Amino acid sequence: MTGTGRRSPRHARQVRRSGRARTVIRGVGQTLITLGAVVLLFIVYEVWVTDQINEGVQSELTQDLRQRWDVGEDPLQRPDGGLGQLPLGEGFAFIRIPSFGLDYVRVVLEGTDEDKLTEGPGHYPDSALPGEVGNFAMAGHRVGKGSPFLNLDRLEPGEAIIIETSETWYVYRMLDESGADDPDGIPGREIVDPGAIDVVDPVPGEPGAEPTRSLLTLTTCHPKFSAAQRMIIHAELDGAPLSKDDYPDGPPALTGG
Amino acid sequence: MYTWIWRQLPGGRPGKLAGSLLLVLAVSALLLFVVFPWLEPMLPLNEVTVR
Repeated sequence: MTGTGRRSPRHARQVRRSGRARTVIRGVGQTLITLGAVVLLFIVYEVWVTDQINEGVQSELTQDLRQRWDVGEDPLQRPDGGLGQLPLGEGFAFIRIPSFGLDYVRVVLEGTDEDKLTEGPGHYPDSALPGEVGNFAMAGHRVGKGSPFLNLDRLEPGEAIIIETSETWYVYRMLDESGADDPDGIPGREIVDPGAIDVVDPVPGEPGAEPTRSLLTLTTCHPKFSAAQRMIIHAELDGAPLSKDDYPDGPPALTGG
Repeated sequence: MYTWIWRQLPGGRPGKLAGSLLLVLAVSALLLFVVFPWLEPMLPLNEVTVR
């Protein structure tokens, strides 16, 4: 009996201590589970919620641009009649890629800052404009924000990338994958480091060279979900620009030619 | 923490369940529409330009 008197307080202390330990372990466990749930929710946000938000933004931009075109306003035409620098953030053209489906249409905006790219593919301000000799270059998100360039890895050489402006269709076609037969050695697709700014030069890969061809370049991140590299697609204008008066429903390349 | 919240919620079992659901929704909305949009540009996930 004398022993229990000594044991009891110690036993109580042990219980208290193991109770405290249990509380700490439970707290750590709950924190980890909570963090896991937050990370999962973030993935849902990245791949789904931003797409939903972008859909609304794009449909507004589409309406705006169509309305401006309807009243004869073309963001690409400066008041003095010439083509000039566009105001940043302004939508000025549509990009369509028929092999991604006929419903694949995105408004292209001026500028490649994140706030523009959240709304849609963005035009590198110093690069050429649609149809011009030089390089019409755009950046776009791969995953989320409407995922405009998600499937660039599946685009095949020769497939059309169509740019629609207020009065004209421009049909570009992806170059051969290797670039071995290209006069300037430009490949249809390349994976480059993020600092490879020469891919958007007037002659891709040849800084300072005088352009003679009308090219189009798309840049996006690679691999998916990563900023490690960039996937680049190069295409060339195929034939003369087509008037929308002659092809109100789209050029043959769009409608199945 | 969750035990403590569960104990604070009123209304018996149905009330506690409804309260929990409401809390989860509120926290999710806060994360999706306030925290993530603020956090995302700082993460190197989505850089698509060459510069």
